[in-house]
Amino acid sequence: MALTREEVEHVALLSRLEFGEGEIERFTEQLNSILEHFTALQEADTSQISATTHVVPMLNVLRDDEARPSCTPDEALQNAPERSDDFFKVPRVVE
Amino acid sequence: MAEYEPVIGFEIHAELATHSKIFCGCSTEPGAPPNTHTCPICLGLPGVLPVLNRTALEYGLKVALACHCSVPSPSIFERKNYYYPDLPKNYQISQKRSPIGLDGWFEFEVDGQPKRVSIIDIHLEEDAGKLIHPEERSAAGQSLVDFNRAGVPLLEIVSGPDLRSIAEAEAYMAGMRQLLLYLDVSHARMELGQIRFEANISVRPKGSTTLGKRVEVKNVNSFRTVTRAIEYEIDRQIEAYEQGERVLQETRLWDEARGMTVAMRSKEESHDYRYFPEPDLVPMVFTTEYLNGLLAQQPELPAARRTRFIEQFGLPAYDAAILTSEKAFADFIDAAVALGVSPKAVSNWMMGEMLRLLNERGLAPEAMPVQPRQLVELIALVEAGRINTTQAKKVFEEMFETGRDAEAIVQDRGFAQISDTSALEAIVDAVLTANPEPAARYAAGEDKPLGFLVGQVMRESRGQANAPMVNELLRRRLRGE
Repeated sequence: MALTREEVEHVALLSRLEFGEGEIERFTEQLNSILEHFTALQEADTSQISATTHVVPMLNVLRDDEARPSCTPDEALQNAPERSDDFFKVPRVVE
Repeated sequence: MAEYEPVIGFEIHAELATHSKIFCGCSTEPGAPPNTHTCPICLGLPGVLPVLNRTALEYGLKVALACHCSVPSPSIFERKNYYYPDLPKNYQISQKRSPIGLDGWFEFEVDGQPKRVSIIDIHLEEDAGKLIHPEERSAAGQSLVDFNRAGVPLLEIVSGPDLRSIAEAEAYMAGMRQLLLYLDVSHARMELGQIRFEANISVRPKGSTTLGKRVEVKNVNSFRTVTRAIEYEIDRQIEAYEQGERVLQETRLWDEARGMTVAMRSKEESHDYRYFPEPDLVPMVFTTEYLNGLLAQQPELPAARRTRFIEQFGLPAYDAAILTSEKAFADFIDAAVALGVSPKAVSNWMMGEMLRLLNERGLAPEAMPVQPRQLVELIALVEAGRINTTQAKKVFEEMFETGRDAEAIVQDRGFAQISDTSALEAIVDAVLTANPEPAARYAAGEDKPLGFLVGQVMRESRGQANAPMVNELLRRRLRGE
């Protein structure tokens, strides 16, 4: 089940990553060799083991519903690439 | 033309009415200045840890239980990955494989008949921020983001494709909103985006059991526009089939200005969410005792309340349906009756003057300015014969406008019903002297002049005479009855 060039391009698009000449081929090859290692894992018998989503032995970590102070707009916006008044400014997205 | 039937299902998003966001302590209060309810957690800064809001979980479970869902244990959160500027982390914390509710059903009435819809799943997630697209030319090419709403708890309720008409779709939406209000878990105000409906619509030849291609309609922000969008889609799809065209499985947006749905650009469509378990939130397990405890807190739901209003209060089915359609109405009549007044009297006031004034002023039922106690006091004044019903209506209207108590209004306006026999006799005597001819006819056995004579007495007393007593006095005086 080798990964195709198209699949790598699809994942690159989903991740908003742009690759130069030759990089797609190189990553396709590298990802395929990583995936090969998983074939070894697939040999393990997991029929008696329930799906594991977490390895930390904790359950039901909850907090009470109390509102606490938030950041100021200036604090919230200090890492924004661009701002307009107290809004984050982004390239236009509209349908 | 072949007969078609629509097949409709809904995804409902409801904001849960918690004080703080689902994974952090920022306030959920709407209407705050932009980006004043944000923190490193809801802004998705690196290295922060979300912690689940206990109340959000409880509210979600209450809905799942009221919809007869099974509650998987453990239930887990997952990351739904996509890029959009209103989503600061580039993933939304949501639930997919093990949501808090699975395989339930919801029953409501359509034209007096019960209708049951399957509920596929109910899950918790976080809301996204709000995008603003300024109109000014100087802001061309820009969108603005306010993250106040990012992280507000959302409950998504996914129904099966079980609705077969516009009327059923409307009753389902109203019924679900009513359920959320009764459970007191969401304010569910559509104009504030606190409840949002996305309809999945397909059509098929009547009698067919296979499903047609389904179209999801977004961007509808009132009950009316949802209905219009569904109507439009049904017509569009039938037209396409009639013309031998294909209907694509796609998401379409409602265009209010043009009154039609338009296809979203397909590039935005290529969703591939790559759900995987959220490593920062640990699994939730629920004991039977805990879930039973939540069930025990479940208030009386609309259908049960309607039945009680009919059976215990003796209200007509129509009145009971109206008064339970809004939790605020049902709470009002219950509170009034608890103060010791006849349910029928309260219902008459509510169905008449109260609904009329709320409609005229465009007020929501929750914004009702008259308190149950105030209406009870007004009813008592009428029953004690202190004021008549015409005066009472004026008092109610003033009470509605000013919030003042009935007694104070009656005093100020000089309203008092004349129920004192000697005072009434004096007026009756004067009227009889002034109108000997009708008086004689009535005395001779003709019934018709009685109405005229009563009317004269009411006029003389400026509407304050106790009408039943006037009737009786006239009969006694002229006919010796």
